[in-house]
Amino acid sequence: MDLGSINPILLLASIMAASTPILLAAIGELVVERAGVLNLGVEGMMITGAICGFAVAVGTGSPATGFVAGAAGGAVLSLLFALLTQVALANHVASGLALTLFGLGLSALLGQGYVGVKPPPTARLDIPVLGDIPVLGPILFSHDLMVYVALALVAVVWAMLKYSRAGLILRAVGENHDAAHALGYKVVRVRVLAIAFGGACAGLGGAYLSLVRVPQWTEGMTAGAGWIALALVVFASWKAGRVLLGAWLFGGVSVLQLNLQAAGVAIPVEYLSMSPYLITIVVLVIMSADKSRAPASLGRIFHASQ
Amino acid sequence: MTLKSILTGAVMALGLGTTAAVAQDDKTKVGFIYVGPIGDGGWTYEHDQGRLAVEEHFGDRVETVYQESVPEGADATRAITQMALNGADLIFTTSFGFMEPTINVAKKFPNVKFEHATGFKTAPNVSTYSARFYEGRAIQGHIAGKMTESNIVGYIASYPIPEVIRGINSAFIHARKANPDVQFKIIWAYTWFDPAKEADAATALIEQGADVILQHTDSTAPQAAAEKAGNVISFGQASDMAEYKPSPRVSSIIDNWKPYYIARTQAVIDGTWESQQTWDGIGPGMVGIGEITDAVPADVKEEALALKASIAAGEYHPFTGPLKKQDGSDWLAEGETADDGTLLGMNFYVEGLDAEIPQ
Repeated sequence: MDLGSINPILLLASIMAASTPILLAAIGELVVERAGVLNLGVEGMMITGAICGFAVAVGTGSPATGFVAGAAGGAVLSLLFALLTQVALANHVASGLALTLFGLGLSALLGQGYVGVKPPPTARLDIPVLGDIPVLGPILFSHDLMVYVALALVAVVWAMLKYSRAGLILRAVGENHDAAHALGYKVVRVRVLAIAFGGACAGLGGAYLSLVRVPQWTEGMTAGAGWIALALVVFASWKAGRVLLGAWLFGGVSVLQLNLQAAGVAIPVEYLSMSPYLITIVVLVIMSADKSRAPASLGRIFHASQ
Repeated sequence: MTLKSILTGAVMALGLGTTAAVAQDDKTKVGFIYVGPIGDGGWTYEHDQGRLAVEEHFGDRVETVYQESVPEGADATRAITQMALNGADLIFTTSFGFMEPTINVAKKFPNVKFEHATGFKTAPNVSTYSARFYEGRAIQGHIAGKMTESNIVGYIASYPIPEVIRGINSAFIHARKANPDVQFKIIWAYTWFDPAKEADAATALIEQGADVILQHTDSTAPQAAAEKAGNVISFGQASDMAEYKPSPRVSSIIDNWKPYYIARTQAVIDGTWESQQTWDGIGPGMVGIGEITDAVPADVKEEALALKASIAAGEYHPFTGPLKKQDGSDWLAEGETADDGTLLGMNFYVEGLDAEIPQ
C-alpha cells in the first residue's frame, strides 16, 4: 500500500471534472421532474449532445460552439419527447425509453465519420491570483469554463425554484396540473419549456464527456451516465443542493476508488468497485428521511379537458 | 367443399410454399454477438471487420447478422436464442462472459453451430477460439520496461479472468527482464467498455507516476488520456488505434479474426464443421503487432522485432522458466515452458507483482 502516491490536490481536481457530466444531466432532469414530467430519455439526449457537440467542435475548431451545439442537439431531441407526451399524450415511461434507444442509434449514425478524430482542446481558465493560491487554487480555480457553468446552473435552478415566481408556477404545474390549469397557467407550455431545458442540460453533459472528460467520440460512450443522473434526482429528493452533493459523491468516490486501487490499498477490489453506487445511495437515502416526496403529478398525462 | 376445407387447403398450400421457400434459400446465415458497439475502435471493431470480411469473401452465398452492446449474463441468452430462432446457421459469440449463455443456448439448438471467443467450454456444436494475446503482451512489456523513466507501468485491467491475468503476467515478466526496477500498478475497471471510466483509470495511474499505460479494455479512451497528459506512452489494444500514432500509441496488438471467420463459415457451407478449440498466436497471424513508431528508440524497436520474430517462429515461448509464482513457489523450471492447460486457467500472478487478484 502506498497512499503517499495519491496526490490529494490532483485527486480533488479530477473529482470536480468527473462529476460535471452527471451533474449537468441531473440538474436538467430535476427541473423536468419538478414540472411533473418523467423523462427517461436522459441517456439518449446525453449521447446525442455528445456527438452534436463533438461534430460541431471538430468542424468549427471551437469547443465553445461545440458546447452550444451539444445543448441544442439535446434540446431538439427532447422536443420529440415533448411532442409525444405533451401533444400526443403518450405514456411518459415508454416515450422516454424510446427516446434513449433512438438517441443511442441516432448518435451512432451521426458519429460514423468521427471515430478516432481528436477534438480541439478546451482551454482551462487560468484565473489570475485565485489560481495561484496554494492547494485551493488548483482544486477550485483551474478548471475549464463548463465546470463553473454547471455549478452556476445548480445555483440558478435552486434559486429559481425556491424564490422566483416562474419557479413557483413550475412547481405548481408539477404538483397539481389541474389546479394550475384552473388558475390559468399554460401547463403544456411550461412543461415543454422544462423538457427542452432538461434536454439542453443533458446535451451539455454529453458534450462535456466527448470534449473534455474522455475526450474523443466513441459509440455508446455515455455507458449509463444518463441512468445515474436519473437515479441521482430521485435519491436527491428533487432538491438541487442534494443533486450537487450526490454528483460530487458519485464522481468523487468513482475517481477515489480508482486511485485507491492504483495505490494498492488492501480493500478488496469488488468493494471498491461498488462503492460509488453504494455510498451515494446510502448518503442520499439517509438525507431524504425528512418529508420530501416526488412531485404529485410526476409522470401523469395532462389534457385540458379532463 | 366447405369454407373450412378451402381455408385448410389454403393454409396447407401456404405452409408448403413457405417450406419450399426455406428449402430454396441456401444462403448460410452467420450471426455475431458483440459485447460493445462496433464503433469502439478496439475489440468489437475488429470482430466486425471479420464479419465484413466474411460478407466480402462469400458475397451472395452468405448473409450476416449481428447484435452489438449485448450485456454479459442473462440478457446474452435472450440475444443468442433470438438469433438462433431467426435461422442463423453459425453464431459467433465474441466475449468471455457469453460462455455459459452460449453453452446453454447450444443445447436447445443442436443443428446450429456456435463459436465462442476466449472461453474454455465446448460441446458437440460449440467450438472455442481465441488468440494468444499474451505473445503480443510480451513485446509490449519489453518496450514498456525499456522506455519507462519513472519505473511505474500502469495497467488497466477489465475482469479477473485467465485471459487478462495471462496478459498482465506476460507483460510483467518481459518488463522485468528489460528493467529489473519496474513496478506495475493495476486497476480493475470491471467493465470491457466505459470510455469515461477507462479515461479516469488512465488519469489516476498517470497521476500516480505511471508513464506507460497498458490497457485490457476496449475503447480508445486511455489513449486520449495518455495524449492529454503528455510524455506518456500507450499501446493499442485489440485494434491498431492508429489515430494515436506516433505517440502516445507506440505499438499495438491487433486481433485478426478474418481468416478464422472465413474458414469456419466455409466449413459450415461444406458441412465439414466440427467442434474444436483454436488458439493461435503471432505465427499463424491471428495476433498482429502494429507498427512500432519512431517514438521508440531504434535499438529497443530492434529488440522488440527480434522478440516478435522468435515468438512467431516458435523458438521462444513467453512463459519460459525459471519462473516462480507470486507466493514464491516454483512454477516452471529452467527452460521449461508453460502448458496450455495452465495458461487457459491461469489464476495466479508471477513472482514480483505487488498486487492481488480480486477473487
